[in-house]
Amino acid sequence: MSSQSNAMPESSLRPQGTATTAIPAARLMYWSVRRELWEIRSIYVAPVAAACLFLFGFSISILHLLVAKHAAPSLDLMQQRELFGQPYEFIEDLIMGTTLLVGLFYSADALYGERRDRSILFWKSTPVSDLITVLSKASIPMVVLPLLAFAITVLTQWIMLMISSAVLLGSGHNAAILWSRVGIFHRWPMLLFHFLCIHGLWQSPIYAWLLLVSGWARRVPILWATLPPLTVGITEKVAFNTTYFGTLIGNRFTGGSEGIAIMERGRQMDPMMLFAPLHFLINPGLWIGLAVTAAFLAAAVRLRRYRGPV
Amino acid sequence: MACIEARGLRKQFGTTVALDGIEMRVEEGGILGLIGPNGAGKTTALNAILGLLPYQGELEVLGRDPWTERDQLMRDVSFIADIAVLPRWIRVCQLLDYVAGVHPRFDRAKAEGFLAKTAIGRTRKVRDLSKGMVAQLHLALVMAIDARLLVLDEPTLGLDILFRKQFYDSLLNDFYDRTRTIVVTTHQVEEIQHVITDLMFINRGRVVLSYSMEEVESRFLEVMVHPDKLDAARALKPIDERQVIGGSILMFDGVDRQQVATLGDARTPGIADLFVAVIAHQDKQAQGADK
Repeated sequence: MSSQSNAMPESSLRPQGTATTAIPAARLMYWSVRRELWEIRSIYVAPVAAACLFLFGFSISILHLLVAKHAAPSLDLMQQRELFGQPYEFIEDLIMGTTLLVGLFYSADALYGERRDRSILFWKSTPVSDLITVLSKASIPMVVLPLLAFAITVLTQWIMLMISSAVLLGSGHNAAILWSRVGIFHRWPMLLFHFLCIHGLWQSPIYAWLLLVSGWARRVPILWATLPPLTVGITEKVAFNTTYFGTLIGNRFTGGSEGIAIMERGRQMDPMMLFAPLHFLINPGLWIGLAVTAAFLAAAVRLRRYRGPV
Repeated sequence: MACIEARGLRKQFGTTVALDGIEMRVEEGGILGLIGPNGAGKTTALNAILGLLPYQGELEVLGRDPWTERDQLMRDVSFIADIAVLPRWIRVCQLLDYVAGVHPRFDRAKAEGFLAKTAIGRTRKVRDLSKGMVAQLHLALVMAIDARLLVLDEPTLGLDILFRKQFYDSLLNDFYDRTRTIVVTTHQVEEIQHVITDLMFINRGRVVLSYSMEEVESRFLEVMVHPDKLDAARALKPIDERQVIGGSILMFDGVDRQQVATLGDARTPGIADLFVAVIAHQDKQAQGADK
């Protein structure tokens, strides 16, 4: 698969005293990200496993669906939506929760693991800069996981719809009501937006913080990353009886009021939801968060230069 | 242009001085053996050269500052650190893919060729390979990189004698071409005696001896002296004297060969003996200076 990679035109020439032609940063980035996926397979195994387990449970619940089909005519439109739409919301929440956890644990170990197993000495012997290394590791929770989560969610929802339709048709029912009530197709663009913007951008300061601590700590980075914020929050509560800091951190996880609103509107198929992304993108909280992310990552890049095996 | 040029290279860890003003100039095209006791500063010096450590003083490797330009430098420099550092989770084929992907001077076919001579399977993980195989794998990788400088810090540590011999054999036969530079440190000094072209002793963070092997051969002599001639031999101011069965072995620095030949069989000392003699001599002088 990488036979093209040896075909470097300059390999036959040995320029004396001049720099060798560099490999484009995009290619270094590509191989660095691939390297992460080779090492940490839970990045994709965990959400896929969660989806498979969910599908198993869903197949069992299909019997309930048959019952629901009989009850449907007596329910109003909102009730039908709730009944048929619910498992499709559950799978979204499940994949979101799974990828959040994977992202957190990944980030807390990303720049620590290579120092613990001393392989940092090998990675530093390759012409990959600290900047590319840190960016490739940051891209896992901020870009790769959200896209992967979206793809897995969509695929799972599609399979669920197929299973339900097959069962309904197989038992002599009409599947049309299912397709009209589930409404997942409208939600997919919203879902993609949610994964990329809330999980990728809005939560990015959390991942950047974990990456920074994982590059700094000499042991148990997860404790160094969680205990200081916890202490600050509790101290604030005791000293001033306020919870600004805790709310601030909590908002980063939930996506803040904007993020929740987007998701809820998306689920209710609110026509106003089309304006929500714009509203989100002009939210100063997003840009402040991105600035914090940039600062944490810059510090992590600088720190990696000084760091060797622990 | 020198391959490595250091002037007043210093490094301190807390109150410990690891490098105390290293002066060195390594020309391209040689194999330098860097020898020193534990804690002499060898690894610190190599880490500074490889851009793994910040330092004080001046240091240029292939015309670059290793600390600020490590990633560019690594296009032309390969190294094997003192312990197995290949990631244990990686498969051999993944490792080849990765290096081929990120290294502009990696020749994958060459690496495959080296690996074909070993028992290392492409689909095996590094953690499942024996220590010797990991060393072979790493060597195959760095030898397939068309590097101008190769740095080996205790590359054969923990390997059995067969592997160690193979290691240096393939290094000489398949990599070294007299235009590349190799810097190697090891405690198994006798193994590199006939491999290196230049010799550098380092002790307490300073370079205490730096000669080409030709210079070593022309300067230093070791003579087995019969007890009768011991006084005459001592008059020539040997730098070292040690007792063996049947007499004493005296080592001389820069004496007349013919004069020494009258005392007994003269020969070039081994690096290990020379090292012990030079370090002991230096310590003695340091003590003398203190008094």
